Amino acid sequence: VSAGARDVVLRRVRDALGPAPAAPDVERAYRQAGEPVAFDPVERFCEVVADYDATVHRVRDDGLEEALARVCRERGAARLVTPVGLQWRVDGVELVGDDPPLSPRDLDALDGVLTGCAVAIAQTGTIVLDGAGISGRRAITLVPDLHLCVVRAGQIVPAVPDAVATVAPAVAEGQPITFISGPSATADIELNRVQGVHGPRTLDVFLVEA
Amino acid sequence: MSARAKPHDFPEAARRALGDTQLRRNLGKATTTIRTKRAAAVAELEDWEALRAAGSQIKARTMATLPEQLERLEASVTRAGGTVHWARDGAEANAIVAGIAKASGADEVIKVKSLATDEIDLNEALEREGIHAIETDLAELINQLAGDWSSHILVPAIHRNRAEIRRLFERTIAQGRALSDEPEALTEAARLHLREKFLTVPVAVSGANFGVAETGTIAVFESEGNGRMCTTLPRVLVTVMGIEKVVPEWRDLEVFAQLLPRSSTAERMNPYTSFWTGVKSSHPPDGPQEFHLVLLDNGRTDVLSDEVGRQALHCIRCSACLNVCPVYSRTGGQAYGSIYPGPIGAILTPQLRGLDQAPSLPWASSLCGACYEACPVKIDIPSVLVHLRGRVVREVAKGRSEKAVMGTVARVFGSRRRYETAQKLARLGRGPLNGLGGGVPGLGAWAQARDLPEIPAQSFRDWWRHRERGGTGEGG
Repeated sequence: VSAGARDVVLRRVRDALGPAPAAPDVERAYRQAGEPVAFDPVERFCEVVADYDATVHRVRDDGLEEALARVCRERGAARLVTPVGLQWRVDGVELVGDDPPLSPRDLDALDGVLTGCAVAIAQTGTIVLDGAGISGRRAITLVPDLHLCVVRAGQIVPAVPDAVATVAPAVAEGQPITFISGPSATADIELNRVQGVHGPRTLDVFLVEA
Repeated sequence: MSARAKPHDFPEAARRALGDTQLRRNLGKATTTIRTKRAAAVAELEDWEALRAAGSQIKARTMATLPEQLERLEASVTRAGGTVHWARDGAEANAIVAGIAKASGADEVIKVKSLATDEIDLNEALEREGIHAIETDLAELINQLAGDWSSHILVPAIHRNRAEIRRLFERTIAQGRALSDEPEALTEAARLHLREKFLTVPVAVSGANFGVAETGTIAVFESEGNGRMCTTLPRVLVTVMGIEKVVPEWRDLEVFAQLLPRSSTAERMNPYTSFWTGVKSSHPPDGPQEFHLVLLDNGRTDVLSDEVGRQALHCIRCSACLNVCPVYSRTGGQAYGSIYPGPIGAILTPQLRGLDQAPSLPWASSLCGACYEACPVKIDIPSVLVHLRGRVVREVAKGRSEKAVMGTVARVFGSRRRYETAQKLARLGRGPLNGLGGGVPGLGAWAQARDLPEIPAQSFRDWWRHRERGGTGEGG
């Protein structure tokens, strides 16, 4: 339907650029993936996430399920959706597997969601979900009002370039990627940050150190 | 938000804005707050300058290889199950979006804040086709409910305070309820109003912060979660993306994902960023099962044809230049008569629309250079402003009365006798210098932006001659 438009736009672009536009090389003198940093990634991640008004719970592997149960009690959460294949058990909480995929309306009726993540970024306090495995489908971490997210210390990378490199294979496979940095927020009214507009208004991060 | 028939007159619009004391208070508070926050967020990164340099180079390289990058993007999106459309102008893009919405049987679409769709008046075009576009960004919702224009790229309702917003909501989305002035209560009202729409409306329209040629991945950076809602829950998603938003490689986002949040909201990272690639249909299906990407020209290739001005296309819409600008922080965004306000708007709007449509905008600056320093991709806005001023004079003002008037002024100032005569005439209320404060036709824009000293009752020369004759210099 728009083959004509395609040719016109591409011709306009070529005409505008002229015969030999200069294309500068990109010099990547910034800190790239894998290069050293001067801070401890785990400590930094906890500080920055807490700055976003999310709550960080630091636990040992054998204390995780107990911590999850405690936080669910405190939050009054009785039913949580979980990605397919998630193995954790939480006392006093019904875990509803996303299989077959729940409708947005079903998700809206649940108290929260429990997931893992693909990777996490220390410098920006970001949880990265890759739409597969323990990250779950995008909708499950979006519609419910409470997100419990388990992050293993070994999943924390120092900065953005490390995470972009980590998820590159998933992107190449067409997986959706979501960066989550604190609970949903707006500053649209007089630049006051208000927590929680449309995404989960409460974010609990469980940092598991072996 | 609508295109204007008559050329935009910045000095006139700025005069109106400067008279609004509430607006100036809101703006002053907001821009000061965000300037301070941004400086702190930027200072945290030791490699900030290296990131800026890389961002600038990636953009310059992308523009130089734009045909190739657009063809790669088209191939990647298509391979991932999406459909790519091309639009020469806004009308063509609007028709494509309306056609997709109609084919889906939708009479409502939900929208993520998108400057590109504001630029082409998509909402109005859809309305004419019987399709209601619901803005889901809080500030855009506020402006839509108020029938108002955006005043800031990032916080479009920056010109409204909480009391004004409360009254607006009580009249519209929260009729019959008494709200408080607390931002939390106002935000909750918007959440309740929009949630049902997110769960039921089958078609969404978004813009794009970046589109990756290599992978076909589209990126939307946001805070509220309305972007995630729109790009995840509906069955059909249409993204309208300016052709300049393409970046060559996935890896390039490691640069922009650091530059954009710290420059715009002054945060280490914005709450939510969504990256999606075509349609994810393999089990389990995730997100919209029909994805359309509309690649929009609408004047961008005109900008690209100006070797100096084309760097305006590097803009990543962070709005840092607005917040540091001494002109913007007093007049606000609406004075710029465009969805792109502030310093970047002053160079982008005249190039996108044609210099004759906004000939005064390149003068909406003091050339202090703060915008250049703040720009995360190092757009040299002052140089482009000066370049565009030259083009306006050569291409637009040529032959107009401004030139004639300037000629008169030059002749008068060029001769002592003529100048003294003119001064005397001006004191009497006539002659070529009279009314330089605004009355001279064709010189309005120039004169209104400058305060000329009052013509004194007695000139220095008259006073000196009188004094030599033994007078006191008083009176006269």
